[in-house]
Amino acid sequence: MGVKLLIDKANVPGIRTYEVYRREGGYRSVEKALKEMNPESIVEEVKKSGLRGRGGAGFPTGMKWSFIAKPEGVPRHLVCNADESEPGTFKDRYLMEFLPHLLLEGLIVSSFALGANDTYIYIRGEYAWITDILEEAINEAKANGWLGKNILGTGFECNIYVHRGAGAYICGEETALIESLEGKRGNPRIKPPFPAIKGVWQRPTVVNNVETLAAIVPIINMGGEEYAKIGIGRSTGTKLISACGNINKPGVYEIDMTISVEEFIYSDEYCGGIKGGKQLKACIPGGSSVPILPANLLLKTATGETRYMNYESLSDGGFATGSMLGSGGFIVLDEDQCIVKNTLTLARFYRHESCGQCSPCREGTGWMEKILHKIEHGHGTLADIDLLWDIQRKIEGNTICPLGDAAAWPVAAAIRHFRDEFEWHINNPDLSQTSNFGLQHYADPIHVPA
Amino acid sequence: MTYTFNETQMAELNRLVAHYPEGKQKSALLPALHLAQESFDGWLPTELMDYVASLLHIEPIEVYEVASFYSMFNLKPVGKFIFEVCQTGPCMISGSDDIIAYIQQQLTIKPGETTKDGVFTLKLVECLGACGYAPMMQVGKVFREHLTKEKVDSIIAEYRATVTK
Ligand SMILES: Cc1cc2nc3c(=O)[nH]c(=O)nc-3n(C[C@H](O)[C@H](O)[C@H](O)COP(=O)(O)O)c2cc1C
Ligand code: SF4
Ligand code: FES
Repeated sequence: MGVKLLIDKANVPGIRTYEVYRREGGYRSVEKALKEMNPESIVEEVKKSGLRGRGGAGFPTGMKWSFIAKPEGVPRHLVCNADESEPGTFKDRYLMEFLPHLLLEGLIVSSFALGANDTYIYIRGEYAWITDILEEAINEAKANGWLGKNILGTGFECNIYVHRGAGAYICGEETALIESLEGKRGNPRIKPPFPAIKGVWQRPTVVNNVETLAAIVPIINMGGEEYAKIGIGRSTGTKLISACGNINKPGVYEIDMTISVEEFIYSDEYCGGIKGGKQLKACIPGGSSVPILPANLLLKTATGETRYMNYESLSDGGFATGSMLGSGGFIVLDEDQCIVKNTLTLARFYRHESCGQCSPCREGTGWMEKILHKIEHGHGTLADIDLLWDIQRKIEGNTICPLGDAAAWPVAAAIRHFRDEFEWHINNPDLSQTSNFGLQHYADPIHVPA
Repeated sequence: MTYTFNETQMAELNRLVAHYPEGKQKSALLPALHLAQESFDGWLPTELMDYVASLLHIEPIEVYEVASFYSMFNLKPVGKFIFEVCQTGPCMISGSDDIIAYIQQQLTIKPGETTKDGVFTLKLVECLGACGYAPMMQVGKVFREHLTKEKVDSIIAEYRATVTK
């Protein structure tokens, strides 16, 4: 069993309530932070912990916090990003649904560190029942003196509000989220200015992911140095992985980032192997935006090293032969899955979610969906593959926000690693409507664990 | 038709507006539109959007442009219950196509349509954050997960029963 710092208590009966959460040691980090520490020393601990943002980009949290501007007389804000809409990702939901007080605890400490008095949780609109759970928890925390004015007699005031989104993946991008919080369309802003200087209502703002903010609790409790001892290299602490697709045990797992991808997929402690005894074909290891990898490159790097579930190892080989840990949305595809069709659903997703501000993204996502649709339905030509490649390249790096890249990468990786499957689809327009390319990609026999 | 919130709805609106700083009441627009949509017929007719604009002291156009951006706001009449079935990659590889086809067959409607009796609307949506519990759909405030044909049958029966009573 690996170390668990976040969801080890998720199954304690009643842990959702304040009473049980507190009895299990909850809110200790608030006492420690407010009474024994100051904002600067908290930021220092977070820096020492090596914690990297869990929303997808992996930016060091302590460093991000130290960038926040502190102009005289201007309020600052912390915003918790609970928009969680990246296909394959459902870990923040788990955390909020089962351990709402853990998130609140992390938010109070983080608000104190940033000097923010009014903190917002921006939650995707579809998580309506979780909004209710969070509001209930906020009421309990307020009634017990953890929120409101003069917390623990220290003079610190903290209020937490839940703000419901209304169905838009783009609002997970931090500047679109800020626009949405201001009651506008979710159009990402041009940076600079960065939110740390001018964020919500033009005030200095830090936007962090749910899991990032929850991780502040163990960091304060155990100290940044101890936290940094868990994991490996620059992948410190634990990470929540939401695993889905063709596996025996889909769900949310907390891992310390030293386990191998093979162990994660095949061990009964985690995914429990491929469903129905089938073979592993491919995997998107970090949410739909990151490159898909064929089984051989997933379990081992291009140089034959074991691949591990951490930031560095998953990206070993760059985009040529590697992928990314991303948001931790781990999508497993078995031998019966069609890469063309899977890529089509993702292209449709990004076309649907593009905010439409930049033409490469707006037009490019539309074209990619159209061409993939053609290929999938047996009307493609070989030139379409090159056209797809060309379009994705023209989107990448030419847009206001990273959604453009996020739309380009899955298409690029599918072609890079599964070009023969695209060709097969095109050369066999009828057969491809009723059968599947299966595992024909692999010249070498696929690794089957004992 | 003109719309007016009752006392409870108005209290809820005021609670939401109080979350934001003085003069930033426009920030309450998304929550206010949810409240408006849930309080009346499950969609946002122009008159209702105008009403929300007047409550938040903003221009109607500011409401229209927001309402049309977000997929949860319905700008056309919908059935009493909306089956919003996820069709994105992880759900697709877990069998959502079959579930979508089965619902269409059982309700004899296509995606985007409403049954003649006005009870059900079928909508295909993108990832709802339930990928590990696929196939799935959202109905109102709840997620119905691990869908099978049998489960779809009983869900349809369950909602039908609430309207025939
Ligand atoms: C299109 C797009 C969608 C995103 N969606 C989310 C999301 O749902 N949740 C999230 O935490 N971060 C999301 N991000 C990343 C945020 O912009 C931001 O980097 C993150 O919230 C920072 O928090 P962290 O440093 O704690 O990870 C998204 C980014 C992009 C470009
Ligand atoms: S890249 Fe796409 S989503 Fe991002 S701002 Fe441009 S059009 Fe909008
Ligand atoms: S893909 Fe259907 S819920 Fe995520």
